[in-house]
Amino acid sequence: MLKTIATICRTGIVTETAPPADETLRLQDVLQKKILDILGRALCIRHVDAGSCNGCELEIHALGNPVYNIEGLGIRFVASPRHADLLLVTGPVSRHMETALRRTHEATPDPKLVVAIGDCGCTGGIFGENYASAGRVSNVIPVDVAVPGCPPSPVRILAGILTAISSPRPNR
Amino acid sequence: MPLRRWLEQSTQLPGAPGLRYLKVTFDSWHECAQDFAARGGRLVALWAEATQPVTVYAMLIAEPTVLLVALELRGPHSTYASLAELFPAAGRMQRAAADLCGVRARDFDQRPWLRHAAWPEGYLPLGSPEVPASPPAAGPDQYAFVRVAGEGVHEIPVGPVHAGIIEPGHFRFSVVGEKVLKLEARLGYVHKGIEQRFTGLRADEGHRLAARVSGDSAVAYSWAYCQAYEAIAGETIPARAAWLRALALECERVANHLGDLGALGNDAGFAFGLAQFSRLKEQWLRATAAALGQRYLLDYVVPGGVADSTANEAIATLATCAADVGDEAGNLRAIYDEHAGVRDRFAGAGTVTAELAARLGLCGLAGRASGQAHDLRVDLPSSPYDELTPRMASSEDGDVMARVVVRFDELQESLRLIGAIAHRIPAGASRSVFPAPTAVGMGIGLIEGWRGPVMIALATSAGGAIRRCHPHDPSWQNWPVLEHAIIGNIVPDFPLINKSFNLSYSGHDL
Repeated sequence: MLKTIATICRTGIVTETAPPADETLRLQDVLQKKILDILGRALCIRHVDAGSCNGCELEIHALGNPVYNIEGLGIRFVASPRHADLLLVTGPVSRHMETALRRTHEATPDPKLVVAIGDCGCTGGIFGENYASAGRVSNVIPVDVAVPGCPPSPVRILAGILTAISSPRPNR
Repeated sequence: MPLRRWLEQSTQLPGAPGLRYLKVTFDSWHECAQDFAARGGRLVALWAEATQPVTVYAMLIAEPTVLLVALELRGPHSTYASLAELFPAAGRMQRAAADLCGVRARDFDQRPWLRHAAWPEGYLPLGSPEVPASPPAAGPDQYAFVRVAGEGVHEIPVGPVHAGIIEPGHFRFSVVGEKVLKLEARLGYVHKGIEQRFTGLRADEGHRLAARVSGDSAVAYSWAYCQAYEAIAGETIPARAAWLRALALECERVANHLGDLGALGNDAGFAFGLAQFSRLKEQWLRATAAALGQRYLLDYVVPGGVADSTANEAIATLATCAADVGDEAGNLRAIYDEHAGVRDRFAGAGTVTAELAARLGLCGLAGRASGQAHDLRVDLPSSPYDELTPRMASSEDGDVMARVVVRFDELQESLRLIGAIAHRIPAGASRSVFPAPTAVGMGIGLIEGWRGPVMIALATSAGGAIRRCHPHDPSWQNWPVLEHAIIGNIVPDFPLINKSFNLSYSGHDL
């Protein structure tokens, strides 16, 4: 126990400052500023792997580490779409996951946001569209913000999430 | 020695060390596999090729020999003898071959495996080059799970969307109270047509797709692909390039083991473990990016060598970070060891005895934790592992604790190897450039990834296109064993037991 406490003290606080929102990642505006003001940053995310190679999952996991400390920003991952404000979707959507993704989207209460993660989520990536892949996420459900990268770094993913929940610039 | 008669007829195959090739008849297909099984040999992979001549392949290993057995079939709908009785893991591989290529093993289980509702039975994704890109619509998705009957038995269906940041798959638990009587997994949800996609690529660009078969094993897959590709081209890579690939492979192992050790602590209710190990992992990924250019090395291994001419100073800095991570991980191991709650959850959970592991063909990291002491880096070392002489970690216990201990041991060993590489890496070019092969050829890549042996079978056609590329993940062998590991345990222990295997969905579903 002493060793555990000593390790905690020695480690200290390693959390870094979060990145600013990035308007270039935004695909569409859905939420009104008023709603965003109410929602603030107390955001619940449901992650859906719709066919990814699991590379993006590794970087989404990293958001929870003490360095990015996403929970410190008031954002947390939840176990059910019914508790979620935002869906974080990875992968080209495999046709075998198409129904599950649609149902997850339907189960998420309005107003809801969707952030597509990774080159595959944005465009279908290297896998493209074929007998088993429906390609990019927006082919299946509407997407608000798309974050490219293979995989995108945790900072980029966080910037994408923060973009989705920040008010769009009025003159955009 | 009964294997000799097969090896005497076989020819050498270019690629990974120890590889032999043998074309067999319908009778000797089963007989050969039987001889391997009798000698403690294992099945590495089984796959089919549907273009003429229609062929089914089985790769068998009994150190120091790896034998690729090829059986030519009469046509796309002919059958062959099932190997599932000898090697239970063959069952799902045979069902997958039927889904993709139409060839069927004579086995009691004829349920589709990778095919759900995305394409109908008559459509063969790898059937021929003329296969239409979009198949006709299939019927509703139905799958005949094995039912457990009896008083008080009920089913818990879980997935495909899971309650965490995790890949999709379906688990069907049959339970009495909290106790699991049976678990049946259904996978294939992230099947995205990778093998068909390969056939549209040139051989000199396939390594990028290979790296994305399972992102957490990108180096293992891209190295295996390049090993196969370079074998077809008849080229050897510069010594320094091989050392840099090994450096990248060990970096990948370190990152994954750090992640798993934290997640396992968390699943045992010890959040401190997750916080500390995920911090260490972040530190490690940043050091990897500083030295090799990427946090996850999806584009580091390329045909002829590596993409980045990594400088010795950068490797030395990485080795310094490795030593720090090693010290900290040692401290955390002592904390895990002394924590009664963690020990209580780890010890005795999800046990796979050595006997069961041998029978089911449990491989890789999980295999080594159940007394199956095999590691390609030790058993069939390619450069530079023949000079680095890695020490194999293993345990006889087979429970979650054993899989944690093997990870701790392998973590330290990989960090030691990284130090040794920094110290001894030869100078010279980190990539050689050679013309892409234009002839018909076949090559095999076989690399011990962090999860276990990763294989790529690559066949090229005239002109340099990929005729067939089959990637094989060790998860094929290990998913069925997870179903045994959970028997008699309680449902709430499943996340912990599952995590202790940490198998790939994407690498399996292709």
